[in-house]
Amino acid sequence: MQLANPVMTASGTFGYGTEFADFIDLERLGGIIVKGTTLNRREGNPYPRMAETPSGMLNAVGLQNKGVDYFVQHIYPAIKHLRTNIIVNVSGSDIESYVRTAEIINELEEIPAIELNISCPNVKQGGMAFGVTAKGANEVTKAVREVYKKTLIVKLSPNVTDITEIARAVEDGGADSVSLINTLLGMAIDAERRRPMLSTITGGLSGPAVKPIALRMVWQVSKAVNIPIIGLGGIMNARDAIEFLLAGASAIQVGTANFIDPTVTIKIIEGINDYLERHHYQSISEIIGALEC
Amino acid sequence: MCKNSIKRKSKQVLNAYLCAQEFIYLFIMRKYIQDFRVTDCTRLHANYVLLKLAQDTPLPKILPGQFAEIRVENSPATLLRRPISINYVDRERNELWFLIQLVGEGTRHLGDAKKGDIINVVYPLGNGFTLPSDNSKNVILIGGGVGTAPMLYLGEQLKLKGITPTFLLGARSAKDLLQLEDFARYGKVYTTTEDGSHGEKGYVTQHSILSTQSFDMIYTCGPKPMMMAVAKYAKAKNIECEVSLENHMACGVGACLCCVENLKDEGNVCVCKEGPVFNIKRLLWQI
Repeated sequence: MQLANPVMTASGTFGYGTEFADFIDLERLGGIIVKGTTLNRREGNPYPRMAETPSGMLNAVGLQNKGVDYFVQHIYPAIKHLRTNIIVNVSGSDIESYVRTAEIINELEEIPAIELNISCPNVKQGGMAFGVTAKGANEVTKAVREVYKKTLIVKLSPNVTDITEIARAVEDGGADSVSLINTLLGMAIDAERRRPMLSTITGGLSGPAVKPIALRMVWQVSKAVNIPIIGLGGIMNARDAIEFLLAGASAIQVGTANFIDPTVTIKIIEGINDYLERHHYQSISEIIGALEC
Repeated sequence: MCKNSIKRKSKQVLNAYLCAQEFIYLFIMRKYIQDFRVTDCTRLHANYVLLKLAQDTPLPKILPGQFAEIRVENSPATLLRRPISINYVDRERNELWFLIQLVGEGTRHLGDAKKGDIINVVYPLGNGFTLPSDNSKNVILIGGGVGTAPMLYLGEQLKLKGITPTFLLGARSAKDLLQLEDFARYGKVYTTTEDGSHGEKGYVTQHSILSTQSFDMIYTCGPKPMMMAVAKYAKAKNIECEVSLENHMACGVGACLCCVENLKDEGNVCVCKEGPVFNIKRLLWQI
């Protein structure tokens, strides 16, 4: 998979792209990672699913989606013409459901890659269960690798003791790339009502609050694996994006920032170009992992 | 008689034209992200401000019931935009009006806006209220607290269609009843207050007009218990009823799936995209 630029949109924050078509030219993006897709339709968690926290937000959507068949029949035809990389985020509750979903997506000509979500903190069964042990991460990656012939990205959970161990296990399993980080497990409480703010009590934290953790993990993983890294977590502007590239990411994803400024991705693309020009770099590859320390 | 039939016919043609136009607008309706200039930010009383934002260029088509996501600058504790109902659209001044209840840090920040400040707005978002296709309908707009906000623009749009709406506005006490003179321009205004300081004492659903007059359509917005009571009344009387929901939301465009309402026919849908206005028949409310 080739990217026109390193800026992609994070799964679950950009719908299927079409939601943002009034605000930006979607074809200027390096890629769009569409909403988490599962084998069968999922209703997701009950409302309330969101709580705003200082410099961040918690969500507990729970992978609401209409299932992979609906995606193939109704959504794919509407977005496949877009001249950008449409990447499907694939989630499951057991190895079998990951494999079957990946097999179906493998048949879609205009989808150059999948992002395997082994790190969703908001579903009781599966998801993060695979992402928190090296063995589980390795097994699910291996199984999907056997059926999925195009670019396989695996999205890692930060809710682990040593993320480099998981990253290595995924690389061994045959992943072409890793993306990190998914949301951090968090919690918010309404003290007046003595109740949790989310229906699921805990949820995933995103936004600028998580950026230092994400940067640290990208830097650690870049030392541990030889496959390209896609960095994400609290990127709000071009400067944040450049920090991830310097830490070792080959590309980045913008998530929560899309909610605050639906045009932010374009500003980031332009900001990165300005930075390269200002520092007299010929190409983006010169700043990937260029951190001096 | 012939004259009457021509009149009737032309009325039908006009209605068909209006329906088609609405359909086209819905079809081509697009969203914008724009900087607006604050032209006025008036404190209506301790907890409410009326924020007026203007553009140099004409505003796009906006349906009554739609809302905007307003950016709150320099407030790290409130990262997200604030979803606020469009209170009124002043086409002469290219102005959007927002009636804002100061509930937390974000709305307080907006309430402190000064004339000339620049505020970024994503709009118009969501669907709108369904305007009756024939203007002989007797409609009532029931609003409670800050939920009266979208009723003003809806009232104006109904009046422009030749329908004179009835407004029933409820609040805690007289000082919480806002924009009464503005509402009076478009229809008859009835009020209730919990302390009896204005209009009839009690809740909107206890107002005598609901038993003395009959209505074909109810539009309502306000606190959920109030909307549920209105929906219950509408259901019992078999009156069409649309409610405007205020679920907590993040993106406002149907991407984050945070603001969902569970519907009978479709399961969880985004209030920001499929709503905020819903016919009560689709809701799972216990009414």
